[in-house]
Amino acid sequence: MPAERPADKEFLEKTASDYEKRSARVTKRVILCAGTGCVANGSLKLYDEFLRVLAEKKIHAIVELKEEKEGVFVSKSGCQGFCQMGPLVTILPENIMYTKVAVPDVAEIVEKSVAASGVVDRLLYKDPATGAHCKGTAEIPFYAKQHRFVLRDCGTIDPEDLSEYIHKRGYEAARMAYCDMTPAQVCSDMLKSGLRGRGGGGFPAGRKWELTRVQPGPKKYVICNGDEGDPGAFMDRSVMEGNPHSVIEGMLICARAVGADEGYVYVRTEYPLAVKRMRKAVADGEAAGVLGDNVFGSGQGFKLHVMEGAGAFVCGEETALMASIEGKRGMPNPKPPFPAQSGLWGKPTVINNVETLATVPLILLMGAGEYAKMGTKGSPGTKNFALTGHVANTGLIEVPFGTTLRQIVNDIAGGVTDDKGKIWPDGFKAVQIGGPSGGCLTAEHLDMPMDFDSLKSIGAMVGSGGLVVMNKNTCMVGIARYFMQFTQNESCGKCVLCREGTRQMLALLDDIMEGRATWETVELLKKLALAVQKGSLCGLGKTAPNPVLSTLRYFEDEYRAHVEQKRCPAGRCKALVSYSIDAAACKGCTLCARQCPVNAITGERGKPHSIDAAKCIKCGACISACKFKAVKA
Amino acid sequence: MPGKNLRKFGKVCEILDRNGRDASRLIPILQEVQAEYRYLPEEIMTFIATSLGISPARVFGVATFFSHFALVPKGKYVVRVCDGTACHVKKSTDLLNALYKKLNLSPEKPTSPDLLFTIETVSCLGACGLAPAVVINEDVHGQMTPAKTTALIDEIIKKETANAR
Repeated sequence: MPAERPADKEFLEKTASDYEKRSARVTKRVILCAGTGCVANGSLKLYDEFLRVLAEKKIHAIVELKEEKEGVFVSKSGCQGFCQMGPLVTILPENIMYTKVAVPDVAEIVEKSVAASGVVDRLLYKDPATGAHCKGTAEIPFYAKQHRFVLRDCGTIDPEDLSEYIHKRGYEAARMAYCDMTPAQVCSDMLKSGLRGRGGGGFPAGRKWELTRVQPGPKKYVICNGDEGDPGAFMDRSVMEGNPHSVIEGMLICARAVGADEGYVYVRTEYPLAVKRMRKAVADGEAAGVLGDNVFGSGQGFKLHVMEGAGAFVCGEETALMASIEGKRGMPNPKPPFPAQSGLWGKPTVINNVETLATVPLILLMGAGEYAKMGTKGSPGTKNFALTGHVANTGLIEVPFGTTLRQIVNDIAGGVTDDKGKIWPDGFKAVQIGGPSGGCLTAEHLDMPMDFDSLKSIGAMVGSGGLVVMNKNTCMVGIARYFMQFTQNESCGKCVLCREGTRQMLALLDDIMEGRATWETVELLKKLALAVQKGSLCGLGKTAPNPVLSTLRYFEDEYRAHVEQKRCPAGRCKALVSYSIDAAACKGCTLCARQCPVNAITGERGKPHSIDAAKCIKCGACISACKFKAVKA
Repeated sequence: MPGKNLRKFGKVCEILDRNGRDASRLIPILQEVQAEYRYLPEEIMTFIATSLGISPARVFGVATFFSHFALVPKGKYVVRVCDGTACHVKKSTDLLNALYKKLNLSPEKPTSPDLLFTIETVSCLGACGLAPAVVINEDVHGQMTPAKTTALIDEIIKKETANAR
């Protein structure tokens, strides 16, 4: 497609119908998940194996939808979310999903499900609750209980094929925005939809756009914040890897609404695949004329750059992110002026999160009013969560706002597990939500409908959407220390209270965990936490004390046990734990002695063993090894 | 050797030209230089500063601010243990300790003297479904145990000694 040709309605229709024609020759489609998780589990090897086996069986394999001949289309997709069960292989049109597929399984899949219409039962997902084999996503509880809206096409379409995106009504919303709507109309639709920023703050996207729209031009910018730094969060990675064009389309619409002609997608350097897919999508968009000097013949141009971050958590903060685009140290600046007034290079700038932007085209397509009906009144729509930690099914999920934690943990995640991965029915202790800026939710919050405001009211936040489920073997002081260490490391050093305060908070937590603290230490910790909140410029410092404050609020008794009894209830704080063997329970099987890395355990076979406390490094290997629960912490 | 130095800066000039010698593109420039040399040599940073018409302090400031940039050479194999929340609660610290012990390294001394290995932690790779995860150069290894991790190291050492012969 020549670049100078404007992409208009005809172009979209033609691309879609061409795609239709080409895909008519596909008899079956094999989709391999090629998200980061499945690639790590070897899904690319499966791809090669499928091509090899198909060739061996003389079945024509289509790798690119260009050909005239009938055959089986073998394609890759972005992250399908069910990372723990990867690599995932889906067979269409039967919609069979195979889990944990290995190279030797490919021949059987081809024979039974590609050459014929059978199913390989042993590779289907087995519901641990009922023991039933689940054939496809409609039957797998992990998927069936979700509402995949933004993620709908993530994991089915080929993220590197622009025409497939267009075939799924892609860029239709952008065309509407450029050809049929005025900028003010686009802004008012966004306001009406009630869409709130998914990056953490929950600021209404429409208001942000409107504020930027009314600023004097001509130069304005749109930035997509893909610097998803929260540990335990990978929603944005999945969207950028799985459906990069949806992000670009959201940016195009935003650019139309505010009158911007240039944009940046800022992606974390830790996400090489997302960088690659975004770059390819931008290049394809430019080649097709979707991006360029004259978007949809409107006379308005949009030039998009992809910028790779360089490893600084604070760059997720919008002013710091813009500083790093300008080639400076990524340090935040005071607000106001807000980016809408004076952003990148002093020009009015909209900066939205990946998920927010990917939602935008869907809102225009379905209508703002319809969109607002999803979710709750104050928080319309759906939210992606990265579900991790001690649960049976980890992965990427999407649910409407207002879903309760119990529905997520029990129905979608399949329940809490112990340290060995077995279901532990009453093992739930807490969920950490919103990463280092967020807080804890406990058993008492299991039935609370989750949205921006309800979470805020209990001292937590949606944040970017990381949900880490923790079982009863987790030390909450340890978790608070973990996040404190993270923010301490990532503090950019500009504000004294954030730079030095977090360091002192970390030292106080160490005192608590290593048995040097009194209750005064905890009081001091609390006081310092409030000071750090007040004395920091940006969100990093303002929210850094949240994990400490929130664990103190809900698990004060654990702090008390640490300082008053010098005891870690979860048995995790090594300084407070000493291991011993219960002579009555020990059968003398020698398993623990063999597992001990420092030979601290001695004893004769068949007789009770003992641990030399001087040699013991408290690694816990003996506890995990013992079958008789004779090792006590 | 003057010839060698000339060649060195030739590469840097190419990178600078590709980025239009634009000071706002400092971060992409440093990224490309690091991809070439595996770290940012001091004389090259000074050279970049002069070429872009900015002070060396600004280049150093940016290079030291971002954790992706290294001012000392890294090993041929950069082993990064993910310490994101999901990996942390699944005991990634044990993997890290096993690696330090195996290679006789520490947080203060992360690179082996033969420049074969560098051990680092990374805050989150976004591969939480595979926790705990270890990345060796570009390859992600999921659901690791200390034993599996040291086995990976053994494999690399074996491969490298075979290549050296």
